[in-house]
Amino acid sequence: MFALFSDYTFQVVALGAALLGVVSGALGTFAVLRKQSLLGDAISHAALPGIALAFLITGTKSALGLMLGAMAAGLIATLLVSSISISTRVSYDSALGTILSVFFGFGLVLLTVIQKMPNANQAGLSTFLFGQAAALVIEEVVTMCIFGAIALTPTLLFWKEFKLLAFDPEYGQSLGMPIRYLDILLTSLLVVAIVIGLQTVGVVLMSAMIIAPAVAARQWTNRLGIMVSLSALFGALAGVLGAFFSSTITHLPTGPTIVLVISGIVVISLFLAPNRGLLWRWLRNRRNAQQLKLDAVLLDVYALAAQHTPMTHPHAEAVLNVMNEMSAKTERSLERLSELGLVEKVRTGDWSLTARGQTYVEQLMKDRFKTESTA
Amino acid sequence: MTQPQLEIQLIAIVVAAACALPGVFLVLRKMAMMSDAISHAILPGIVIAFFITSDLNAPLLILAAAMMGVLTVVLVELIYRTKLVKEDAAIGLVFPALFSIGVILIAQYAGDVHLDTDAVLLGELAFAPFDRLTIGGADVGPRAFWVMSVILLLNIGFITLFYKELKLATFDAGLAAALGFLPGALHYGLMALVSVTAVGAFDAVGSILVVALMVGPAATANLLTDKLTRLISLSLVIGIGDAIAGYWLAHFFDTSIAGSMATVVGFSFVLALMFAPNQGVVSVLRRRRLQRLNFAAKMLTIHLANHEGTPDEQRENQIDHLEDHLTWDAVFATRIVKFSEQRGLVKTAGKQLQLTDAGRVLASEAVVN
Repeated sequence: MFALFSDYTFQVVALGAALLGVVSGALGTFAVLRKQSLLGDAISHAALPGIALAFLITGTKSALGLMLGAMAAGLIATLLVSSISISTRVSYDSALGTILSVFFGFGLVLLTVIQKMPNANQAGLSTFLFGQAAALVIEEVVTMCIFGAIALTPTLLFWKEFKLLAFDPEYGQSLGMPIRYLDILLTSLLVVAIVIGLQTVGVVLMSAMIIAPAVAARQWTNRLGIMVSLSALFGALAGVLGAFFSSTITHLPTGPTIVLVISGIVVISLFLAPNRGLLWRWLRNRRNAQQLKLDAVLLDVYALAAQHTPMTHPHAEAVLNVMNEMSAKTERSLERLSELGLVEKVRTGDWSLTARGQTYVEQLMKDRFKTESTA
Repeated sequence: MTQPQLEIQLIAIVVAAACALPGVFLVLRKMAMMSDAISHAILPGIVIAFFITSDLNAPLLILAAAMMGVLTVVLVELIYRTKLVKEDAAIGLVFPALFSIGVILIAQYAGDVHLDTDAVLLGELAFAPFDRLTIGGADVGPRAFWVMSVILLLNIGFITLFYKELKLATFDAGLAAALGFLPGALHYGLMALVSVTAVGAFDAVGSILVVALMVGPAATANLLTDKLTRLISLSLVIGIGDAIAGYWLAHFFDTSIAGSMATVVGFSFVLALMFAPNQGVVSVLRRRRLQRLNFAAKMLTIHLANHEGTPDEQRENQIDHLEDHLTWDAVFATRIVKFSEQRGLVKTAGKQLQLTDAGRVLASEAVVN
């Protein structure tokens, strides 16, 4: 395993994948918060004709040219989607689906044109579709690094503006911010992030790299700064782990492995994240249900006790069983209540309210009255 | 036209029609992206069924893929219901994960599987006529044609059978639920239909272009009509038209058939976007221009009526004065005066403006209201 980490090819692949994770994780956060999760999917599909055109124009497969072409096409597609969905009756999702598939189809047409050319030095289609992280070379990683820096620097510079754009664009508008231009800027940065990832994980899986780290990070925090950093961290972790698994297990393609790792991180976050996590929510619900059950039994004891002076007069468990709303056995609840010192077992089957129990119930009723009258 | 050409077009017609039908409801329910998600997520279903049967044409494949499609919907809803993730993000989480499983399964058994992920995504309609269906030794035509015809009939059957329910659940899910129509069951039924259609169409047009044929024609037709029956028939016509035009385009330029079909889908969508009678950009712009002119003409009549018969009339009701009073520049003022004259609201005598009876009525109505 340590031999693997000192392996040059692995280092390059892992570095590239980690870089992709950082950039798409950080920028994906904004996309997810702005309910533009599926925009990433559209951008990555729409990049195909850009790549093909760039190849047709320049005639070379240089990564830089293809990436610029992909960015131009991706940006045009997103602008089309947003202007169509804003100014016509076509809904956002229909605009997204139409633009995505039409751009991709047009890209296919261009690719078949390229294939027919005499010096058919065809830009590898399957590389674009599924990515080819294992074939990354250091020059490409350096290019990714430069584009990553280009994508992340404005995010830091316009932090305050982007934050407002994500949470309350109308307020931003009222402050006189150029919201429309900020929107275009942020979307362009997302396009850059996606294009960086295309040659690593491919078209279909790129949307996961935009959404999944952000969704995972969202579960752990309510603060944007922490969410962006966590999302970048999760993205990088998935990149490195994916690269690791795919180079240790044969026939395990890197892109899909990265996606499965990040999906795993999402599942763990959904269950285990403090406060929001499903596990904690379940425990909390159970605790609340138990508390309500105990309170109900105690209230029954109080209702009986209130008919006697002194209120410590004992009452039969059988009566409490009948009184219980769910006609449940109350023995266990009574045991628990006596542990808390709210009731007392006088003899087997007979229970009495303690002084502490009495104050507890009176306080409880006061609280309930208060919430009911304010509600 | 040669025999294969004819057959390719017949396949294209049934594929386009079969896709357009569920597509209408996807578009109306704002779930267009589910077609994208499902068409990718069925991959592991196809692969697993293929491992079991080793036959890319087995009916089990379609069944498994359809189950995968429904599983996608269930998973998306399960995640969305936790309220921890928004719906679009939930879609974007589920389908790449399922697709990844499919790609990994193929890669793991790459040696003994003749299943190409490129083919799943891109399809190749040109090869469809070579895969024949033979019944009792007799060649009855391309297999894809028969498979898609059955799926088309299934779609027609489902939609005619549950037309009323679908219509209600699409436009008013709350009422449908209140009346006991089980919108949830219809929803899953529709999604199963989308999955079956997607898997049937994938080897003809590829999964990404299934999206084009499902969403494109319905989105285009939605710009042209407000009636559901007309929407369905228009989507069918547009989808079939796009498919055939796309085929011939591909034929003449010798390019990918599925790709050029999607391109034509885009082209007809843009045409509708521009020139649709009510919703089109051109007609919206024309309507806005007319509104602006009408409003300005109304302002003019009010202004004229205001000063009619007063000592200021001579000075106020002059074309040159409009610039001061209504802050119109000379060009706009001339245009509005001309417009109002054509409408019979105003008469001109040199630079002097005079209301007609119709103009007076308009002004008084505008002021009262």
